[in-house]
Amino acid sequence: MTDGYSEKVMDHFANPRNVGEIKDADGIGKVGNPTCGDVMWIYIKVKDNILEDVKFKTFGCGAAIATSSMITELAKGKTLEEGLKISRGNVAEALDGLPQVKLHCSNLAADGLHAAIKDYLEKTGKKLS
Amino acid sequence: MKQVYMDHSATTATDPAVMEAMLPYFSEKYGNPSSLYTIGRQARRAIEESRQKVADLIGAKKEEIIFTGSGTESDNLAIKGSALRNRTKGDHIITSSIEHHAVLHTCKYLEKNGFKVTYLPVNKEGLIDPVDVAGAITPQTILISIMHANNEIGTIQPIAEVGKIAKEKDIVFHTDAVQTTGKIPVNVDDLGVSMLSISAHKIYGPKGVGALFLRKGTVIEPQMHGGGHERNIRSSTENVPGIVGFGKACEMAKERLPQESNLAALRDSLIKSVLEIKDSYLNGHPIKRLPNNANFRFSYIEGESMILNLDMKGVAASTGSACSSTSLMPSHVLMAIGLRPEEAHGSLRLTLGRENTQEDVDYVLSVLPDIVNKLRMISPLAR
Ligand SMILES: Cc1ncc(COP(=O)(O)O)c(C=O)c1O
Ligand SMILES: [Zn+2]
Repeated sequence: MTDGYSEKVMDHFANPRNVGEIKDADGIGKVGNPTCGDVMWIYIKVKDNILEDVKFKTFGCGAAIATSSMITELAKGKTLEEGLKISRGNVAEALDGLPQVKLHCSNLAADGLHAAIKDYLEKTGKKLS
Repeated sequence: MKQVYMDHSATTATDPAVMEAMLPYFSEKYGNPSSLYTIGRQARRAIEESRQKVADLIGAKKEEIIFTGSGTESDNLAIKGSALRNRTKGDHIITSSIEHHAVLHTCKYLEKNGFKVTYLPVNKEGLIDPVDVAGAITPQTILISIMHANNEIGTIQPIAEVGKIAKEKDIVFHTDAVQTTGKIPVNVDDLGVSMLSISAHKIYGPKGVGALFLRKGTVIEPQMHGGGHERNIRSSTENVPGIVGFGKACEMAKERLPQESNLAALRDSLIKSVLEIKDSYLNGHPIKRLPNNANFRFSYIEGESMILNLDMKGVAASTGSACSSTSLMPSHVLMAIGLRPEEAHGSLRLTLGRENTQEDVDYVLSVLPDIVNKLRMISPLAR
């Protein structure tokens, strides 16, 4: 837990990775709520059970944008099973910690990725091994 | 990189002349104002001179000024002090829904302790209606507290009209003038208030010192008990350097008042240009607003990320978006003027001050549109 934003958070906030929409996405995870100030959409492209591409669009605070950016980096190239195992804690850890008051928004990123994978599984009727 | 401070409603830099006036009272004339020997008397004299200067800024008498530790403390003292004092007469308080937390949370506290509080609504420009004040008064009403101008959206309330109503009904009337003193004329008689709060650090004075105007004849319960300082209303050895700085700041504010209203021209040029950004809106009243306040909202983007981006460009500003686990709801003020939460989350407050120039405004205008665009590019709400 940190008091303010770490340098890594600020780096991902200032230069977010993998921003944008995947037009023919295989799965989309929409989480959050504008009332609370954070909305995150995570898009995934899947090939041979691998998260070939992951992109995001986010309305929200610094933590929301930085965690969105980080989750795309963490997830890219992973299998679907691995993707589902990326936890809220993993995201915070990869960003060298997040302020306690930002846990709400930070948790959205992992939730968004999981939602996108589940969306893909539902759409395709596939089951994980 | 250019640095532009546009958050003067949060705080201001202590003026060098104010600092200079304060310095001797730390290590030369450091005496306790209650002491009888020379350096004690010097400190006492300095406090009384400051009291006069504070009084002069708001058209009060010297004896009507109580020094406190902040604007927050002045609000607490005024509201709790008079509510407790008049408890036997009634238990009802009237305030507005857009007060600073120093007033709002004090009222909530009193509610928990048996008082009843009416929180008046405001219109979409942030104005209370004096008719609502009159309508809310009951035989049990013992206090009305309505802020002079709002710290977020800058709307200036019809305090003098409320003052007339309060006087007619013989109800104690307090106003939080923390944001107006030094920016627009503030006169306790014109406003018709019995109590008025001010704070030094918003007018180029030091932090941690404030004052409560307490009209002669208005009686309140002390909230700090001790050695009987400040006419037994606010005990504790006086913050002499702070009070001296506050006095100097008030003196300078009085001299500079005509220039402060010139800020409105600069502010208007800022507003005009910012509103050229697509899907941007002004929060607050177009005319009845503090000369230094501009408060916008931009659709599809969130305030904190705007603030952080502006900071990366050297611009200090603030927002009413509050994204934290303690409260996910945006500012109560923006909600009270009828904004939807996602609109309120997209707010940006720019508050000008003495040192700001047209160049500063131009600089902000040169970076802001790109920031808004960048954030909209990554927002799922922007279509
Ligand atoms: C309207 C208003 N009231 C009260 C306060 C509190 O003043 P202080 O910071 O001196 O406690 C502020 C400052 O944030 C304010 O803007
Ligand atoms: Zn957030």
